[in-house]
Amino acid sequence: MRHRSLLILTTVLTTGALTLTACGSRDDNKGGGDSGKTTVVIGVDAPLTGSLSALGQGIKNSVDLAAKTANKNNEVPGVEFKIEALDDQAVPASGQSNATKLVGNQDVIGVVGPLNSGVAQSMQGVFEKADVAQVSPANTNPALSQGDNWAKGELKRPFKTYFRTAATDVVQGKFAAQYLYNDAKKKKVYVVDDKQTYGAGLAAIFSAEFKRLGGKVVGTDHVTVKETDFSSTADKVKSSKADSVYFGGQYPEGGLLSDQIKKTGAKIPTMGGDGIYDPAFISASGVANDGDFATSIGYPVEKLPTAKKFIADYEAAKYKDPYAAYGGYSYDAGWAIIQAVKAVVADNGGKLPDDARAKVVEAMGKVAFDGVTGKVAFDQYGDTTNKQLTVYKVEGKVWKDVKSATFKD
Amino acid sequence: MHELPQQLANGLALGALYGLIAIGYTMVYGIVQLINFAHGEIFMIGGFGALTAYIVLPSGTSLLVAIPLMIVGGAIASVAVATAAERFAYRPLRGAPRLAPLITAIGLSIVLQQLVWGFYPDAKKPRSFPEFQGESFKLFDNLYLQRADAFVLVLAPLCMLALGLFVAKSRSGRAMQATAQDRDTAKLMGINTDRIIVMAFAIGAAFAAVAAVAYGLDKGQINFEMGFILGLKAFTAAVLGGIGNIYGAMVGGVVLGLAESLSIAYIEEIPGMQQLGGGAWANVWAFVLLIVVLLVRPQGLLGERVADRA
Repeated sequence: MRHRSLLILTTVLTTGALTLTACGSRDDNKGGGDSGKTTVVIGVDAPLTGSLSALGQGIKNSVDLAAKTANKNNEVPGVEFKIEALDDQAVPASGQSNATKLVGNQDVIGVVGPLNSGVAQSMQGVFEKADVAQVSPANTNPALSQGDNWAKGELKRPFKTYFRTAATDVVQGKFAAQYLYNDAKKKKVYVVDDKQTYGAGLAAIFSAEFKRLGGKVVGTDHVTVKETDFSSTADKVKSSKADSVYFGGQYPEGGLLSDQIKKTGAKIPTMGGDGIYDPAFISASGVANDGDFATSIGYPVEKLPTAKKFIADYEAAKYKDPYAAYGGYSYDAGWAIIQAVKAVVADNGGKLPDDARAKVVEAMGKVAFDGVTGKVAFDQYGDTTNKQLTVYKVEGKVWKDVKSATFKD
Repeated sequence: MHELPQQLANGLALGALYGLIAIGYTMVYGIVQLINFAHGEIFMIGGFGALTAYIVLPSGTSLLVAIPLMIVGGAIASVAVATAAERFAYRPLRGAPRLAPLITAIGLSIVLQQLVWGFYPDAKKPRSFPEFQGESFKLFDNLYLQRADAFVLVLAPLCMLALGLFVAKSRSGRAMQATAQDRDTAKLMGINTDRIIVMAFAIGAAFAAVAAVAYGLDKGQINFEMGFILGLKAFTAAVLGGIGNIYGAMVGGVVLGLAESLSIAYIEEIPGMQQLGGGAWANVWAFVLLIVVLLVRPQGLLGERVADRA
């Protein structure tokens, strides 16, 4: 008997833990909100737990801020915006089940997310079937909007419901190669990636452009996500006599790799994409990362006048976590959905039409406004028309922007 | 092959770390035949205990003073959690079918990760951990030994030696051997087997805390997820060396560490193997080695010391 009760207890504990890991703020939506307004729910899917949760929490809070701002300003008369945030733990399978859950809620008109390109791949089909617009603030893999054969120049949009406020890896990888070769004057690079959709794609684009410019890729290696010992790879980098390293991946592995390369005595910079552009890249290691580079989409949020208000509002809202790397893009993604809803409601005599989802997808293509990250609009593939990028460099424990420019092919 | 000594040093240091964690798996298995899959998290909690100790110390304490205190702090945390886990999660299931405690351990591992994630300040991101300052030791022209690696390479054999002596010479050690051989008979002979089992959990946890301090000093950071993969690797090391055998844990760890670092460095230099080398395939080669060893010696390299039950 005693055994059985304990078994039950353990089971309860385990399930309890599982529920904990899947925590997300869920509001009960009872169709109409108060004061006779129609409730429109903006779904959010991002890693809210796990090692990338810092980014995910920033995404969730920024969309929440966009919804609150719209409600406060009465942006769409008669419509009350709410968010429903689900945790995908950066796992494609979780993303897919979240997408299914979101489209199941009839009040969900658009979704912001996910963070990871690999997760987006598993969600796109679900949203297209349900005609729900999806705007990612962070996906950079070109195939998501331009089809699998984008590298051969055959651009074909696979999902009409998919949009993004983030620039693609093509833009980011080439921009990084141009900076490293032309501005930082590096000629011999060692390329490492983490085998993931984002990292491997970025590294391949970077390598091709670096070679095209006349540089040499003196070696390549791969690391495994969640592993922490890259000392053997670091020693290979050192003995290859490379003058720089390019890392395609995220900050947990990137920070450790940069660290372990510097510990071998090789005093060379590591460069990466927006996946490593995070304070944690620097803080998560004892060795100084000074001289390491990262590219990120857009101009530094602090430098755009439109962004100043966002930062002030974000601080005023007293969120627990910082807005992180994608806060501005998430706010803009949420705002794009709000603007599309606004257009649809205006066309329908001030009421949300019955086929609001499909109408919002159509309206997304025409959205244009000055957002936190610059001009927000989508091209025929659903990609952002904003091709501004910035290179950041680590100086004294912080990322400093060293070059901002509009990308030229 | 010019960097061979360096890669051997990397593999040895990594292997020593695996070995220290593997002790916990092997001791518990040797006595209660339970694979404690939450042991990786015990290691992680040891790391956070050590970090707490470091934060509590007045800033500017030299590492020489701080490290022993960090090990103590980490061990207090990891031993407390491990013994509590044994008392409340495993002991009630002792008579249950084998699978029950196994699943409990997996559940416990998730619970522990989530507790640290949720309740340790700022643990949602990696927390920085004090690192050895200063250059690495230059042993030869082509061999540098980083301070953290030197630390683990000195500490691991010492720990092993102490444990070996304890098990062979002390009264408790002999009681432990008796319990491993036949728990019921040991009980009849007046050995408090419950105490012995708790001791096995505690020793494994203390070793995990030492490993966690070594890990933190090397990587300069710890995070709530770090125990999962390392735990799996250490478990593999324990099986490779012969589960239940404490020296096997260390041997298995070192063999596994060397297999990883050498495969990252050299597989791609074998003609025709270009595509199968580097970091992408390190785990594959490590497990290929495990399978080959188990095919030839199912009991592991040193063989398990769990007496046959007649």
